[in-house]
Amino acid sequence: MKRLIINNSILPILTILLFIVIVWYLAAIPMNSEKVTRQFKNLSFTEHVEKTWNLKKPKLPTPHQIVNEIINTTFYKKISSKRSLVYHGWITLKATLAGFILGTFLGIILALGIVHNRAMDLSVMPWVIASQTVPILAIAPMIIVVMNSVGVTGLLPKAIISMYLSFFPVVVGMVKGLRSPDQMQIDQMRTWSASPNQLLWRLRFPSSLPYLFASLKVGIAASLIGAIVGELPSGAISGLGARMLAGTYYGQTVMIWSALFAAAFLAASLVFFISFIQNYTLRKMAILR
Amino acid sequence: MISVENVDLTFETNDGPVHALKEVSLEVKEGDFVSFIGPSGCGKTTLLRVIAALETPTKGNVIVNNMPPDDARKAREYGYVFQAAGLYPWRTVSGNIKLPLEIMGYSSKEKEERTKKVIELVELKGFEKKFPWQLSGGMQQRASIARALAFDANILLMDEPFGALDEIVRDRLNGELLKLWERTSKTICFVTHSIPEAVYLSTKIVVMSPRPGRITDVIQSPLPKERTLEIRDSKEFIQIAQRVREGLKSGHLDEDL
Repeated sequence: MKRLIINNSILPILTILLFIVIVWYLAAIPMNSEKVTRQFKNLSFTEHVEKTWNLKKPKLPTPHQIVNEIINTTFYKKISSKRSLVYHGWITLKATLAGFILGTFLGIILALGIVHNRAMDLSVMPWVIASQTVPILAIAPMIIVVMNSVGVTGLLPKAIISMYLSFFPVVVGMVKGLRSPDQMQIDQMRTWSASPNQLLWRLRFPSSLPYLFASLKVGIAASLIGAIVGELPSGAISGLGARMLAGTYYGQTVMIWSALFAAAFLAASLVFFISFIQNYTLRKMAILR
Repeated sequence: MISVENVDLTFETNDGPVHALKEVSLEVKEGDFVSFIGPSGCGKTTLLRVIAALETPTKGNVIVNNMPPDDARKAREYGYVFQAAGLYPWRTVSGNIKLPLEIMGYSSKEKEERTKKVIELVELKGFEKKFPWQLSGGMQQRASIARALAFDANILLMDEPFGALDEIVRDRLNGELLKLWERTSKTICFVTHSIPEAVYLSTKIVVMSPRPGRITDVIQSPLPKERTLEIRDSKEFIQIAQRVREGLKSGHLDEDL
């Protein structure tokens, strides 16, 4: 079984990765050539290529430069230092998790309302959908400014933006999940004269868990995007978003790219973490086998 | 035990009203095994659901255990076995049987005792810890019957419980159901569309026909209470089966077939 997974997924992924890396190095040559010819004279072709791959402020940094920067700012800087990627990552992660938890709660509560109350079913769902058609880049500065004006800064405004993005998949998934028991199962509960609470906790909620986990995976990735977007307009000095912004101000392309990769890595780890809990829970419940 | 008097039930659908039951009257005595038989659309399941208070009749009167059906439902006077076993996949066999007991607030000691008792009754001993997907269809349906018996209601309502099973398994479960009925002396209402099943099991056979759903014949079975599968070759058995077939046919005559 293990071997099957390795053969089936690792090899194709590695092939694509290798392809991307090759294209990347090739693309870096023309992208950075101009700067190299300005700085150095009389270089041989191989020397020229080598220089394009190792410029201090390249237009397109190469993979090994980014990896070096990530290793440097992750392992060789004090975690409390402003130059540490771990420090910035943690700031963003905190806002992500806070927003994710808020969003999940909000989503579940709205879904419960929608499933149990016909008026809410008709009135809330269109607004939930409408909320997601507004670009987050337009909403984020407003939330930051409004909350700033009442003296709330730091983690909370970012968490609110995260929540704004992450509650949506949870509402949609949970409404579907809570409605997944069929009429026969609900009738069966009626024949036992079960209370609405018993119906919810013993039938609707367990039935909805596979849907909930699928939503959580989308939700946590959306939360991270929300937290990063929340760091961009706020003039924040810490967090992965702030790091990307600072990189653009000072032309530190390597810094931008390393923050970008750190964010991608963080998102992947978070989704993987939810998958792990999902597999564990559903296996334990014998839904997955 | 159960009395149905002049019951009418009309469903409002998008294609106009559907007359599911028309002037249906029926008496079920304590300890009876009553089968409802008829083609699909004859209202046999609807009639069972009316008795269970899962549907409300448009007209007429229903009494279950000396009370209106909805009170009987709230007092948990009946156990209902659906066509599909409807076991919760995340609960084991004993967990599924305990579900109604949990809902009804039994103590954990009593839950254990009752679960053990009904598991023995349906011969599922040794399978308590298994999950539904580890059981065959017949065993799942037995677990579902055990669950309906667990809280010891006097009445057992069964809606084609063996409809999805093959004939060999069905014969066996029919035999077991008869034994169970004898041991527990419950009143059973049983919906089926199989003539031999209805004749083999019942003390009273209610023949129904569709559009509108109504009762065309009620047959009091002369067969003895203790029955083996061999009884199906006896003269009485064949005579009753014939009468049921006649009843089903006469129902169809009204529709210019």
